[in-house]
Parts: sequence; C-alpha cells; structure tokens
Amino acid sequence: MTNVAKSEQVTAAPAKKKNSGDPIVSVRGLKKHFPIKSGMIFQRETAAVKAVDGLDFDIFRGETLGLVGESGCGKSTTGRTILQLHRATSGTVSFEGMELTTLKGNDLREMRRKMQIIFQDPYASLNPRMSISRIISEPLVVHGIGSERDRQKRVEELLERVGLNPFFANRYPHEFSGGQRQRIGVARALALEPSFIVCDEPISALDVSIQAQVVNLLQDLQRDMGLTYLFIAHDLSMVRHICDRVAVMYLGKIVEMAESEELYTNPLHPYTQALLSAVPVPDPDVEENRQRIILKGDLPSPANPPVGCNFNTRCPVAIDVCFDWDPELIEVLPGHWVACHRVT
Amino acid sequence: MTAASKPISLKDDGAESKRSTPLGDALRQFRRNRMAVVAFFIISFFIFMAITSSLWTSISFLDAPKGFKARHTINPAGLERVDPYAEPGHCARDGLDQGKAWCALLTEEQRARFPNSCRVEIPDPNQRQWCYILGSDGGGKDWLTQTVYGAQVSLAVAFVGSSVSLLLGLVYGMVSGFYGGRIDNVMMRFVDFLYGIPGLVIIIIMQVYFREISSKYQDSSGLVGFIIEINKDLGGLLFLFIALGLLSWIGTARLARGQVLSYREKEFVEAARAVGARDRRIIFVHLLPNIIGPLLVAETLAIPGYIFAEAFLSYIGLGVQPGTPSWGEMISRAGQEGGFFSNRHMIYVPSAALVMLTLAFNFFGDGLRDALDPRLRGR
Repeated sequence: MTNVAKSEQVTAAPAKKKNSGDPIVSVRGLKKHFPIKSGMIFQRETAAVKAVDGLDFDIFRGETLGLVGESGCGKSTTGRTILQLHRATSGTVSFEGMELTTLKGNDLREMRRKMQIIFQDPYASLNPRMSISRIISEPLVVHGIGSERDRQKRVEELLERVGLNPFFANRYPHEFSGGQRQRIGVARALALEPSFIVCDEPISALDVSIQAQVVNLLQDLQRDMGLTYLFIAHDLSMVRHICDRVAVMYLGKIVEMAESEELYTNPLHPYTQALLSAVPVPDPDVEENRQRIILKGDLPSPANPPVGCNFNTRCPVAIDVCFDWDPELIEVLPGHWVACHRVT
Repeated sequence: MTAASKPISLKDDGAESKRSTPLGDALRQFRRNRMAVVAFFIISFFIFMAITSSLWTSISFLDAPKGFKARHTINPAGLERVDPYAEPGHCARDGLDQGKAWCALLTEEQRARFPNSCRVEIPDPNQRQWCYILGSDGGGKDWLTQTVYGAQVSLAVAFVGSSVSLLLGLVYGMVSGFYGGRIDNVMMRFVDFLYGIPGLVIIIIMQVYFREISSKYQDSSGLVGFIIEINKDLGGLLFLFIALGLLSWIGTARLARGQVLSYREKEFVEAARAVGARDRRIIFVHLLPNIIGPLLVAETLAIPGYIFAEAFLSYIGLGVQPGTPSWGEMISRAGQEGGFFSNRHMIYVPSAALVMLTLAFNFFGDGLRDALDPRLRGR
C-alpha cells in the first residue's frame, strides 16, 4: 500500500497537549437518522437517511479533535447532534459528565452556555437585520446576563478579543468582509465563555490568506481560554496543522481515528489512504512520485448504505468478509483506532 | 474621531452609527426610484383627500343645491330634451325662488323656450354660489365630491383588505412554516383547497347572501342586528371587507410559509438555538424582521386587486349600498345616465381616479421591493 504523506512537514503547532485522559465530551453509539416521509396528509415513514450511524469517540479537555470526510458523510450532523441542535435518534452524548440527549428546556439551555458553535458560512450565520452589537450580545440577553451597559462593555471586549475594532459595534453584517464576519461569529460563540466549541468548517468559505488569520485566532483563543474544539473540515493540511487528533468519517461512521501525526504518517484504513493521497505535497521531488489512489464511484446514498462495510463499494482492497459484516472500530495501535477487516 | 486602536465609547459615534442602517439604506434606495416617489405622493394625495373630504362642504357638496331637480322638470313638453347635468366648470347659485337654481345652467335660448320652467332668470348674487369643478350627475350632485368620497371607499378597502390579508396570512403561514411536519402539511392542504376555489365567484355569492340576510333581519336585535347596523353605517363596506378578507390571505400565507422555511434553516437561526433562544425569540427577533419585507411588498402589489374587486362588485351592484358613492358604482351610474355620448365627465373622472390610484400602488410596491431587497441595492 502506498503511504504517501511521508514528507516531513514541520508541524506548526508548538505545544501539542497530550490527552489528559479527561473526556469533556463522550459520544457513544450516536445515531442520527432523518426520516423520509411519503403520503399526502397521513405521512408514513418509508425510509431514513442515516446521516450519522453509530459513532463512539471522546473529546479530551483542551484538545482539538479534527473531523474530516467528504461532503455528505455526516460531519456537520455529528457536530450539531452533539450540541443537541439535532436530537439524536439513539446513543448518548455526555458533556462534562452530564447526559445531554435526555435534557430538555431550561436544563438544556443552561448547558448551552458551555458549548457553542462557529459556522461555515459567514454570510448566513449573522442575522442581516441585527447590528453587530445585538448579534454578539444575544447570548447574554437570552441568558439574562448583566445589564444593558454591562453587555455593551462585554461586546466591546469580545470585539477586541477577536481582533475587531469595537468602534464597529453599531454596524450591520453586510458592511463587513467574510473574514471579519467570521470573527464576529467567533465573538458571539465566546460571549458565554464556553469550554467547548464545535467549529463547523469555519475556514472553508474564506480566502486562503484570511484562513490563516482565523485559524491563528482560534488557536490563540484555545491557548488563552483553555477551549476544546471539535474542528470539522475537509482541508486535510489545515487539519494536520491545528488538530491534536483526527477522526476520518465515511458515510456516517468513523473509519479511522488517531493522533494527528500518526494518522498522517501511518494511515491504515484504505479510505484514509485515498484521502491523504489527494493532498498535494509542497516538495517537487515527493510530488513527482506521489501516487494517487483514485476511488471509483460515488458516495453511496446514506438512505441505503451497502451491506457489510459501507466502504466496500469503492474499496480497492475489499475481500469477501467486507461484504458480509461491518467492521468495528478497534484500537490497533495505542490511540490509533481503525474500522477495517483488512487491518484487524 | 480618533484612531481606532483604543476602545472608544459606543455612545459618541453617532455620526458613524447613522451611516448605514437597513432602514436608512432602504429609504435612500426608495428615493432613487422616481416613479415610486411620484406614486407615493399620489397615494398621499388621495389619502389626504379622503380624510379631509367631509371638511370641504363649504366649497363642495355631496347633495345638490336646493331646488336642483331631476330632468323631467326641464322637459315637460317633450319638445326638446335639456339635461341638467352640469359640465365641468359650471357654476350656479341658489335662486331667490328656491327650486330653480338649475336654470343658471341653461342657455339663453333654452330659457326662452321654457319660460315657465325658469321663473328666476337672474341668479341672486347674495346667494351662495355652487361650482361644479368636475361637473355633476343627473341629480345635480357634485361629481368631484362623489369621487373624493369614492376614494374613501377604495382606500378603506385597500387598507383593510391588505391588513387583514397580512395579519391572517402572516400568522397562518408562520405557524405552518415554523412548526413544519404534519401541522404544516395539514395547514397547507387546506390552503391548497381554498386556492382551488374561484375567489370572485365566492365573493359574489357571499355578497348576495349578506344582502338577503340584511334585508331579512333588518330589524332584528342581538348580534345579527348589531352587525347589520354597523354594515349599514359603513355603507355596506363591512360585508365587503369580510368577503374580500376571507380569501385574500391565502397567497400571503403561502409566501410567509415559504419565507419562514427558507430562513428557518439559516445558520443564524441555528446560532440562536445554540445559545438557547426560545421559539418566541426566534420567531419575533430572527424570522419576522427578515420575512416582513417581501410580505409588505406583495401586499402593496395586491392592493390594486382589492380596489378593482370592490369597484367591480359595486359596478355590478353587489358592493357598497346605494347612496354610498364608490368609483365602481359611479362608473356604473355614468353608463346608465348617458355614458360616453352625453356625459363623458361622469365616466372619465372616476375611471381616471381608479387608474391613477391602482397604478400608484403598483409603482409604490415596485419601489418598495427594490428598496427592501438588499440584493438589488446599489452602493
């Protein structure tokens, strides 16, 4: 098997924290199925899109867990289901020891103070009819924190914290660029001083030059405020740069999860290998010899996933057993989990 | 203002904060559309006329001058037909001998021919002068005044129709779109059902029904009598409002639902959920301000439809009650009393008013749409 990502890239993250063994988020058997209904008035549930189909992972305090995979594999749904923006079909999500999937009403609202989300599209994530000051202070208003004056002060602080001029507080979103808007989104997420933030592709809609700024901002914030990130992305080199651990998703399941360097230097799952083989290497010699693993076919429909290992329709190394049953996610090396019959 | 590096109090940047607000931008954009501004002034003019119409009785009049009689008094012998319709611009005074004021309208030749009909030949300068700026109808009633009163009816229909439609449609559509699922499905199938019914036919049938009800229960007490009484005071408008409002909200409800569906999935709504905002906050703070623009535009553009519906119903005699001037009813009367051949002003005046007002609402709605749609907004 080709192991392509062998170029010795310098990892920019200086002080990568090791797992402290203290999971802030524990996901067990998480499933999110979206029902497909048919019928005019009396709708019957005829099928379900299995967007997320059985996830088990932990996110440790202070780390950045990257979640990668192609479009439609359930990355964003995972992030939103953890935050209870979608309610899970089954499985559990515990946050700081508290079970979230059964929480409702005010208890859930209370928990939302500790977990926030940053969105992909900086143009859709800010209400065009609200001033920046109202957008950033909304979480405070919802939770009844502080007086109007306190909130204004906090807005100014937050704007400064994310590198924007507090002077802009009374302007409206359309007056800002994409990068500035994304910073506003970050400021809103920080308003309640959360400990965990889901970054749902926060940089993929931005220019490359702006991407670095936003990533650096996120890293600074993590360092200063001890944040934990679930970083959803499809830019593999960016994920390598900022994540401590990376989980690779395919069709609603995690196929491989490992420490960032381990995953990039020693990918075990054929899907991960194919993904990494698509990353260009900034070294002409290596790039010349880089062999791409081209996957055939398309992502199968998540409403009707293949029997057995759900990668078997495209897997270059599939064997009979792959068509019979689904491999489990097994820790093959310390901290390196793979779901593949050929590996285990 | 000083350099931006230090935190500056938010209060003292008034000039900055006024620079660009959604409303300010919309106003600026609206003012660029000249037709819309003209339309706005035309509508304002009609509203002003309608509101102040009853204050004008000193120079205008709904009733004919005293003594102005119908045409048969003029043409007793059937020798020559002389119509007592005042042409636009004619003035008359009440005569000393009350009852003969119309003689001022006649030419010398006509007076000579009917000496007995016109005993007072010289108008008394001490009497009040009545001027028919836009002529009169066959009863000697001022046509301009009736047109202005007609504007009251048309504008009332425009505003009540659009308010009822907006309110009902907005609530219905938002509930349907926001809660979605089965509720949405059932609510929208009901709307589809109503949509399939030909609206004008229903309105006509309802007006006929209301008319019969009000003549049958004319003197009854209780709620029915009360409603009939109000309707009578409004000149038949109440039932017209009910008939028009009953179906007008359907389009609005569909639009509101569609808007809610598209904004409900926007990430800023999800962000509000993520911080724990309740449904009420999401509806009123996040959805409503975003969807209200297109709905206002659609409602403004629907106003000509309401005005035409009222005019049409009044034209066929199912709108306002007799005695209440309305443009449709006036055009109908003009047709009966001579039409294009003898009394053109009677047709032209209410028709022109109808065309002007409906066109004005159309252009105003267009301007509003351009102003409220940020995508069309030039910098």
